[in-house]
Amino acid sequence: MTTTSSPVLSVRDLRVATIGSRPSEILKGISFDINPGEVVCLVGESGSGKSVTSLVTMDLLPEQELRATGGEVLLNGEDILRATPARTKALRGAEMAMIFQEPMTALNPVLRIGLQMEEVYMAHRDMSARDRRAAVLEAFASVQLPDPPRIYDSYPHQLSGGQRQRVMIAMALALKPRLLIADEPTTALDVTTQKQILTLIRQLQDENGTSVLFITHDMGVVVDIADRVCVMRKGEMMESGPVRELLAAPKTDYTKDLLAAIPSLTPPEPVESEDADIVLSVSGFSKEFRLGSALSRIMGRADHAVRAVDDVSFRLRRGRTLGIVGESGSGKSTVARCVMRLEEPSAGAMLLDGQDISHIQGAELMRARQRLQMVFQDPNRSLNPRIPILESLCEGPLNYGRDRAEIRERAVEIMETVGLDPEGLSRYPHQFSGGQRQRIAIARALLMDPEVIVADEAVSALDVSVQAQVLDLLDRIRRERNLSMLFITHDLRVAAQICDDVMVMQKGKVVEMGPASEVLSNPRHAYTAALIDAAPGRSWDFEAGRPVTEVQPA
Amino acid sequence: MIQYFVKRLVMAIPVMFFVAVFVFLLLRLTPGDPAVIIAGDQATQSQLETIRSNLGLDEPLLGQFVTWMGNLLQGDFGVSLISQQPVIELIGQRVGPTLSLAVVAMAMTLVMALPLGVMAAWRHGRLLDRAVMIFSVLGFSVPVFVTGYVLIAIFAVHFQLFPVQGYKPLSEGLGPFLHRIFLPALALASIYIALVSRMTRASMLEILQEDYVRTARAKGLGEKIVLFRHALRNAAIPILTIVGTGFAMLISGVVVTESVFNVPGLGRLVVDAVLARDYPLIQAIILLTAGLYVLINLLIDLSYALTDPRVRYQ
Repeated sequence: MTTTSSPVLSVRDLRVATIGSRPSEILKGISFDINPGEVVCLVGESGSGKSVTSLVTMDLLPEQELRATGGEVLLNGEDILRATPARTKALRGAEMAMIFQEPMTALNPVLRIGLQMEEVYMAHRDMSARDRRAAVLEAFASVQLPDPPRIYDSYPHQLSGGQRQRVMIAMALALKPRLLIADEPTTALDVTTQKQILTLIRQLQDENGTSVLFITHDMGVVVDIADRVCVMRKGEMMESGPVRELLAAPKTDYTKDLLAAIPSLTPPEPVESEDADIVLSVSGFSKEFRLGSALSRIMGRADHAVRAVDDVSFRLRRGRTLGIVGESGSGKSTVARCVMRLEEPSAGAMLLDGQDISHIQGAELMRARQRLQMVFQDPNRSLNPRIPILESLCEGPLNYGRDRAEIRERAVEIMETVGLDPEGLSRYPHQFSGGQRQRIAIARALLMDPEVIVADEAVSALDVSVQAQVLDLLDRIRRERNLSMLFITHDLRVAAQICDDVMVMQKGKVVEMGPASEVLSNPRHAYTAALIDAAPGRSWDFEAGRPVTEVQPA
Repeated sequence: MIQYFVKRLVMAIPVMFFVAVFVFLLLRLTPGDPAVIIAGDQATQSQLETIRSNLGLDEPLLGQFVTWMGNLLQGDFGVSLISQQPVIELIGQRVGPTLSLAVVAMAMTLVMALPLGVMAAWRHGRLLDRAVMIFSVLGFSVPVFVTGYVLIAIFAVHFQLFPVQGYKPLSEGLGPFLHRIFLPALALASIYIALVSRMTRASMLEILQEDYVRTARAKGLGEKIVLFRHALRNAAIPILTIVGTGFAMLISGVVVTESVFNVPGLGRLVVDAVLARDYPLIQAIILLTAGLYVLINLLIDLSYALTDPRVRYQ
């Protein structure tokens, strides 16, 4: 590669290790360059060391836990690893700036946005209070925040996630740094917001000529934003290259596997099974949350009611998977919780094998619950860390009066079904990886012999390669046991791969429902179309390894 | 917020009422005739009769309660059985020293414990942190009277910087007041300094892991601003809780300190009253302390809203 100008950031043989009696290497000698005006994506799964790389560069490593043991990090030729703390402090925010993953937690909840923004100027520039305020308002306007004076006086909790991320971007770009580091800046956002933020970063980067180090796990985002890609794995640089070259012709097996694991947006051909009987039928489902105190009710003030779910109806056939797709606040999880009777639906009926279970109580509800089982989003939190796996698995059936020895036998069987060694039954959740834990969560549900599995974002917390395996597992189990599945997800790629039918929700209402292949390839509602349009990496066909827009020669 | 304050004050009325009922029954439920207990072994029949009619014990229970409540609401807490002075006067004379002691001790606690806790969290695991923790364990484990006598031995007897004991009210000048109150307040504060610095450290350690602290550092802010503007305010709620309950406990816990330093405060009045079974006085002091607890609790709850804009009261 020939570049006339010297790189803005040059990382050479960087090594980072944990501190302690048995140090382990987190980064094993990685090297890469970022040229002026270039966007370089660091891609990798959890544990690859991509975030640590960004923290070293910012000199923000947690000093009690990690330390750089070798190599150099050159920012405009100046070695960050050997600079004094005072020097790196002066560079932070001025020459290099950072945007973080969670806009919900990255801003201080007790300080006004205006002050937090002004701090950047206070730390690095000598400006009058009036100039600072003017600069802040201008910066807010440049990231297209509505009504900058109002934002200035707001606290973080008064803004939406997308607005907070815009504030973070304004903060990072306030002093026109040479290098912007973005660590998963859109991962916590809805797809439509993600698209806006990516466009904004790209646009500001073009205007200011900023170099960007963009960290992500999402290959779709890479397609949309990167000039060059570096693939990392377990602290090592697997390969790097211009984005299209690397995606079209990956050199290492790891990258090939990573790309192969990305679910396609095009659903497989539908399997016709319209004759299967209906397991779960929901009609006119609504859920209202009333906000108001007893006192204001006595005083005759009307409650503030929020309609989380509004007149939702659907039917789930035996052996089929129905996907509920939507952004945050669409009510998709509330539907799942109402079906599980974890929330009481405000109105509507729900027939499970013809029996209305929407208002049953006590013993009847207990019998119905056994037939409906749930798999939750975060396997790190859905399993009790203090009890061994076997106990977690047995609790349910024991509760229904089964014999312990018999359950144990079946637990061993089911562990094998979900692809785990039955030896693991005596271990504790922390001894398993995230993917393994989700398999355990699935095993727990299966042990109850359910007819319907409700999976709420069951693969969202998993790395893409693990995600593919768990999706395969769920699909295989559904086919083998002729189970029905309600699959809640925000990810259209995942929905396309696992769902027979899809129901798209927006603000509590169903906007579109039908076979997955039809809805996703030929959306009738504008919102569905917007969702599909916002899916990252839509322009690239990962399976074929070429851009989608290039029409094949006839 | 004002609406909330008024609502909470209104809610305090039933609380105080139940305390009053309890205090009233305290005397009446004592086994035997209170008059006999009060009068002692040597009392004559006519003395007993006087005590009974003084206390209104010859009336029915409900009638007694109504009279007693009526008097309370007019600010009449009764007359001390021992000194025959109105209870409210006795308390009035003693409340000044005790409140001064409590307030000065609390101020000392805040001034010393907050920086200590913040520094300990900042230098987590280093020498400074260990030193603060050792000091904190000492503060917890050494009883107040030992701390008091040690302070007297060092600063009053050996260096002769402060008087050994005694108290001068603020009305006699700030200098003499502080000079006298410094050692007793420090002795009293030692345990709270230990408690609050520990709480501050724990709370700060948690907050320093937060994303927004990293954001603050990523902006290139100095450590002082990161610690005190960004972290401490977020760490404040558990600290405020501890300071508030600590202050309430402090008021009732000054007995030992007042004895060691011979301060004429409420603590010693309570001890004397209990030993002499001076029921009207005991009742008044319990009511007063309960009222103070309710008020301090309210102030703590309000202070949450001042530190955290997400706290909204309805």
